[in-house]
Amino acid sequence: MSAVVSPGARRVDFGRRVLVVRRGRVAVRIDRRSAVVCALLALVIAGTAVLALMTGSYSLGWRQVVSALAGGETGLVHDIVVEWRLPRVTAALVFGAALGVSGAIFQSTLRNPLADPGVMGFTHGSYTGALIVILVVNGSYAQLVGGALLGGMATALLVYALAYRRGVQGFRLIVVGIGVSAMLHSINTWLMIKADLDQALSAAAWGAGSLNGVSWDQVTVGSACILVLLLLAGSLGRPMRQMEIGDDAATSQGARVSPARLGLIVVGVALTATVTAASGPIAFISLVAPQIGRRLARTAGITLAPAAFVGALLCLAADFVAQHVAPTPLPVGIITVMLGGGYLGWLLLTEARRRL
Amino acid sequence: MTTNARLHVEGATIGYDKRVISEGLSVAIPDQSFTVIVGPNACGKSTLLRGLSRLLRPSVGQVVLDGADISSYKTREVAKRVGLLPQTSLAPDGITVADLVARGRYPHQGFLRQWTEADEQAVARAMEQTAVTDLSGRLVDELSGGQRQRVWVAMALAQHTDILLLDEPTTFLDIAHQIDLLELFTDLHHVGHTLVAVLHDLNHAARYGTHLIAMKDGDVVAVGPPEEVVTAELVEAVFGLRCLVVPDPAAGTPQVVPLGRDRGPAPTERRA
Repeated sequence: MSAVVSPGARRVDFGRRVLVVRRGRVAVRIDRRSAVVCALLALVIAGTAVLALMTGSYSLGWRQVVSALAGGETGLVHDIVVEWRLPRVTAALVFGAALGVSGAIFQSTLRNPLADPGVMGFTHGSYTGALIVILVVNGSYAQLVGGALLGGMATALLVYALAYRRGVQGFRLIVVGIGVSAMLHSINTWLMIKADLDQALSAAAWGAGSLNGVSWDQVTVGSACILVLLLLAGSLGRPMRQMEIGDDAATSQGARVSPARLGLIVVGVALTATVTAASGPIAFISLVAPQIGRRLARTAGITLAPAAFVGALLCLAADFVAQHVAPTPLPVGIITVMLGGGYLGWLLLTEARRRL
Repeated sequence: MTTNARLHVEGATIGYDKRVISEGLSVAIPDQSFTVIVGPNACGKSTLLRGLSRLLRPSVGQVVLDGADISSYKTREVAKRVGLLPQTSLAPDGITVADLVARGRYPHQGFLRQWTEADEQAVARAMEQTAVTDLSGRLVDELSGGQRQRVWVAMALAQHTDILLLDEPTTFLDIAHQIDLLELFTDLHHVGHTLVAVLHDLNHAARYGTHLIAMKDGDVVAVGPPEEVVTAELVEAVFGLRCLVVPDPAAGTPQVVPLGRDRGPAPTERRA
């Protein structure tokens, strides 16, 4: 990948190293640090994934895992790696990346590091939807997924409508979201109290956010949806970054601000809702991953790719800790809540100090 | 009013929601001019500029760009012809000067065409014109107000538009940086840009503008070269300020000297 620049051209100093690739119709400028950070994260993720595939009540060596992945194993080793452990690892990776991108979208478009689908109540809404399916309709797994999706989307719509006053301003959306979130939380508690024991147990298990018992079927369907949404998010990445310089400037430079923002919010909500529907709420990854990604890559504003990689790594690592390090296997959501809670407290304090 | 100016307003009613700021407004921006819009606070200056840049759509009438209603263009097409330096600007945390200037290339870029030879040339040239090339790799957060404003101008220049709209570009700068920026605008005017600026300082407007639009209560009160527009009568009528208008000793353009109120002699100052 060499920079092809004709001799007469004046080079621009960006204050950081960039790779310029110009071939035919393609002309892109890649930030070197972002590329290196993403590549390193990918390596760490691959290592952690192999470790997760090795670990369990039946321990395997890394050679067995690699050869099983390559299709070189049969029988028990193949079953353990490919049929039992791989779906879970894949789910952690794909769902984590989806949460990271979802958080990046909200934090960038609302210009606030507190903007997060969890903080704004969308995940509580998904939980409400799922609870209604479990407790009231007594529905199937497919219905539960549908209920969670609908609940998340409906909550997003409600928050958007309540915060709407001649357009939507970021901070108002967040504050309204926190309010709606608190309300839904009490509704959820009320639903749980009303339920009988069995139903309440299964609802609570789902509500803790767990990758226990994810099968290939669920992973494939969820991943397919998420892949489409990630592609959509990528295609909206350019206007998203242009909006960082303010709506007026972005509009005068040809970005279609309102449709782009609406599209981004829909994609962000759909990403979180898809993950929540499949695994229950896995909190805080969407809040933390974009900020860690930004600090690692030292980009201006929030970018999608580092957030996706950090999200995938966080989710995978949290699930590993939840399964193998904790004294008893825990749902991954518990670990992320513990890690993210402290961060959220710190963030709220610094934000409040900055704004008040 | 008939006009063949590239950018003009025809009988437009412009405002926010139901609050009408200007009604039946017709005004033209002469091609190749350095037009300055002046008037008291809340007279509709910035509203007119937002109309000209398509940020506000008139509820009645139209803003015409190159013979067609500006709202009939694609956003990107307008962005290739009219640039805007907004009053308030946001620089993302940790952005470098060159990166911000490069954002001005947006209307010329696509999903796969993000940094062509032409983009690079335009960014380098815009930074040269505004004398920020040496700041290229610095963080925008670290710059002084004057430097930062030059960077935003560079971003608007990188957009490569013939027409450039500037909304109160000098407001937060000290006098030296204000003049510095106005001289820069004059340079840009000389290389062929049509400029439209909202300015608060009448003396700056008279000195640097080639065409003035004076507004009051949403209406255009006077248009023309500074010598015709900046008169004692007009300043009193528009701003309610009694003043003398004398030739600027340096440039010969009209200069406004406020008269103030007559209070008789002040008490004698005591020195310790």
